[in-house]
Amino acid sequence: MTKEYKTIREIAGPLIFVEKTEPVGYNELVNITLPDGSTKRGQVLDTSEDIVVVQVFEGAGGLNRDSRVKFTGETIKLPVSKNLLGRILSGSGEPLDDGPRIVPEDRLDITGAAINPYARLPPKEFIQTGISTIDGMNTLVRGQKLPIFSGSGLPHNEIALQIARQAKVRGSQEQFAVVFAAMGITNEEAQYFMRDFERTGALERAVVFLNLANDPAVERLITPRLALTAAEYLAYEHDMHVLVILTDITNYCEALRQMGAAREEVPGRRGYPGYMYTDLASLYERAGVVKGRKGSVTQFSILSMPGDDITHPIPDLSGYITEGQIVISRELHRKGIYPPVNVLPSLSRLMNSGIGATRTREDHKAVSDQLYAAYAEGKDLRGLVAIVGKDALSDRDKKFLEFADMFEDRFVRQGVDENRDIETTLDLGWELLATLPEAQLTRIDNKYIQKYHPAHKAKKE
Amino acid sequence: MKTNGKIYRISGPVVIISGLNTRMYDVVKVGNEGLMGEVIGIEGDKSTVQVYEETSGIKPGEPVENTGMPLSVELGPGLLESIYDGIQRPLPVLKTTMGDFIKRGVFADGLSREKQWDFVPTAKKGDKVKGGDIIGTVQETQNIEHRIMVPPDVSGTVEEIKKGKFKVDEVVCTLSGGKKLTMMQKWPVRKPRPVAKKLTPNKPLVTGQRILDGLFPVAKGGTAAIPGPFGSGKTVTQQQLAKWSDTEIVVYIGCGERGNEMADVLNEFPELEDPKTGRPLMERTVLIANTSNMPVAAREASVYTGITIAEYYRDMGYDVSLMADSTSRWAEAMREISSRLEEMPGEEGYPAYLSARLSEFYERSGRVMGLCGKEGSITVIGAVSPPGGDFSEPVTQNTLRIVKVFWALDAKLAQRRHFPAINWLNSYSLYTKVLVDWYKENVSPEWQKLRDDAMELLQKEAELQEIVQLVGSDALPEDQQLTLEITRMIREYFLQQNAYHEVDTFCPMDKQFKLLKAITTWGSRAQSSLEGGAAIEDIMKSKSKDDLAKVKFEKNFDAALGVILKSMDEEFKKLGGK
Repeated sequence: MTKEYKTIREIAGPLIFVEKTEPVGYNELVNITLPDGSTKRGQVLDTSEDIVVVQVFEGAGGLNRDSRVKFTGETIKLPVSKNLLGRILSGSGEPLDDGPRIVPEDRLDITGAAINPYARLPPKEFIQTGISTIDGMNTLVRGQKLPIFSGSGLPHNEIALQIARQAKVRGSQEQFAVVFAAMGITNEEAQYFMRDFERTGALERAVVFLNLANDPAVERLITPRLALTAAEYLAYEHDMHVLVILTDITNYCEALRQMGAAREEVPGRRGYPGYMYTDLASLYERAGVVKGRKGSVTQFSILSMPGDDITHPIPDLSGYITEGQIVISRELHRKGIYPPVNVLPSLSRLMNSGIGATRTREDHKAVSDQLYAAYAEGKDLRGLVAIVGKDALSDRDKKFLEFADMFEDRFVRQGVDENRDIETTLDLGWELLATLPEAQLTRIDNKYIQKYHPAHKAKKE
Repeated sequence: MKTNGKIYRISGPVVIISGLNTRMYDVVKVGNEGLMGEVIGIEGDKSTVQVYEETSGIKPGEPVENTGMPLSVELGPGLLESIYDGIQRPLPVLKTTMGDFIKRGVFADGLSREKQWDFVPTAKKGDKVKGGDIIGTVQETQNIEHRIMVPPDVSGTVEEIKKGKFKVDEVVCTLSGGKKLTMMQKWPVRKPRPVAKKLTPNKPLVTGQRILDGLFPVAKGGTAAIPGPFGSGKTVTQQQLAKWSDTEIVVYIGCGERGNEMADVLNEFPELEDPKTGRPLMERTVLIANTSNMPVAAREASVYTGITIAEYYRDMGYDVSLMADSTSRWAEAMREISSRLEEMPGEEGYPAYLSARLSEFYERSGRVMGLCGKEGSITVIGAVSPPGGDFSEPVTQNTLRIVKVFWALDAKLAQRRHFPAINWLNSYSLYTKVLVDWYKENVSPEWQKLRDDAMELLQKEAELQEIVQLVGSDALPEDQQLTLEITRMIREYFLQQNAYHEVDTFCPMDKQFKLLKAITTWGSRAQSSLEGGAAIEDIMKSKSKDDLAKVKFEKNFDAALGVILKSMDEEFKKLGGK
């Protein structure tokens, strides 16, 4: 039996320093019993022959030097089973619903090992989300990590839910299992998600981890890891296609900064720890498809940009790891457009491998590029109009200006339950492009213009 | 080696050991599982070690052993077509021994000990050889002859040299004094391999990318940096360079980048053909992949592993190009380890030695006369990922102080899908002067003027655009409207290049010249028509102008361009002017 120690020397925030222990392993799980008999859990952050530093997940409230510390001799593990589906768990993996105890089929280390790049299959299966700005211009593929960069007060939750409801790979009956991990979101937001899961019956195929705003911040550091471990298990052991929604990454990073400060580390940019890139990578990189295994893990995380600033360290470092980003715009939201996706700074890096003749349609890339270029030009002209007035524009420029308005009103705007398939999206794109002079469609190969341009199409039919 | 070393303290990848006699940069085996680590600091009886593998569960008191060797790579036949992690463990071997996920405590040889190579001696008994001399050859891939060299620190007289099939660790040559040579040698990664003489670069690295070759060329043996915010196309540019550069060997380091991207490279390279030889690109490539979630210390080492392999091929007399994507991740690995060591931080938490490390690394590039008397070169192209796209941050700034070519990626251009999103106003190349002669001889005597004119026009465009922002383009005089049209053609028809288009992805120098020439020809003809009294509206309607937009995508470029030039001539004859 492992020993218990009553040798706490110091308690500083969520950290406790224990001395005179036998050798304790790095990252080991720790159980702490308070004098009143309640227990807390923690993890070893630093270990030496003289002193062991433990971070306590449930916060240090009630801890004193008489608390007893027990080192379990193993790292943190999540008991996994197929029966996780349909369950609601706490941010540290304890059941919150009234369901039965989960009988584990396996117990997995939550840190997760890196996938050998050689064992990865490059993601290329098109996921249709039914949202034009995503499918048409920032295509999501299976195994990708594509976060939503949003801001406070913007409808990112609605968009995430719409995607969770509508996402499917065409021509296959397989559905997505959803793993949902809430980190520091409010009870109200959590309710909103849960209600929608129940309404649509998605809960049966979902595993939910909830760490709410009033739960200890330190726990947020393990919540996403539990969720990803569950996702990997379902994907790689049970051949499921798992969509992981992590919300909100910003709260996670705040917790990371809090821990860094408690440990008196040298801070990096804006006080966030210097290892934040590596730490975030250890979450985001747990998406992918592995050769020879049927399942996949796709990540769709939500990140609210402090002050809508995309250069803030959290969105910035995320953008360097994730395979693109969907940027939500306050300006479009104010105009009453849903989903207010600003396509210009949005990007899907894996789009090119997921689209084309065999996956979506041959003209997809050309249409997307042309929409981008035309919308960018139209938006620039708006700035000009503000100075010189609309009348000073040439006819050509006026067309582009109108195009930008129509693009926002018809292509970007759609209903919360409107599920557009990719053909509808592309045809809509053509319809809008047809308002521009044909000679301006320089990004599109002539053969596609002949085939898909409404003017030519109508002639043929 | 007798040892009573043991672990004293563990904090992430940094482990402090005691009771072991170490030298700086010795490789040690840590703990019961023998995890590989490197000594990076010594204080009294204790040494600080950065461990290249995950340290969870390791306990104080576990044994530590010193290998007495610095971190080294194995150099010999079999490097090409390989894919390694940051410390030269072949990823396919790791997949066989530990499955789809990277676990720890597994050792794997950098070079296969099983495979036999056909060794053809070029030295003979009685020859006096010194370090760097070539004693034989092995056909490593169909087009690359691997030259087996005497290790730099060895010399003597050949007493016996063999011929036939051997494994890399079998003796192929014996020198006087009993020194035995195999086809494989080891070299410490942090020590540059010696050369006879450093030379000045004088040839461009032809990349088939119009904005690079055309406007901002890098010389073979030169250095270039590509800084840019995320999503501006650093990785695509780096991969284009790895695919199409006209060097004989390519070393590609994926340093702290995305796993899916590396998977894509691994998938694509074996299928793409080298435009020069028609063989799979993989046959000239060494890949090093240490993704962002693989251990941070191995990420720090990956850059050194890569450049040492590059130096080895350079020593054989080859032109090598090395792409490091991204050097910012390498710098961050340094910062992370430095912070665990509780060192006094410099700017933005980076260690004070950041600048020194960066310049040491870039200085390992260059065109050189090797010890064997052959000329070789290493061109280093480093991607930089500045936080928030802000070029004033330490990694970008320290890099710009060293490199000679700066390809500034621009988020604005990327957002409007102008790719490659390299800003032509901010970028520069300090090699254009030294390369003038090469372009004159190999492309056209007109090239330099054509390039300078294009640059001048683009500069002028920027000024005109400012006015347009205020008054609208219709308010400009007609000749300036025409200038804007010509620069638009240069930007869209020449500078934009589609990396995913089968024809446009690679553009030979000759085609670059003809395309730019055609655009400027249209420009000067239009100018003279305008002066001759033609209406600007009529000039703008030119069909040959619109046709030029798509000619770069034509498989039979010369024929298509010929047709356009002919119709252009007719159009302008009608419009008047010279």
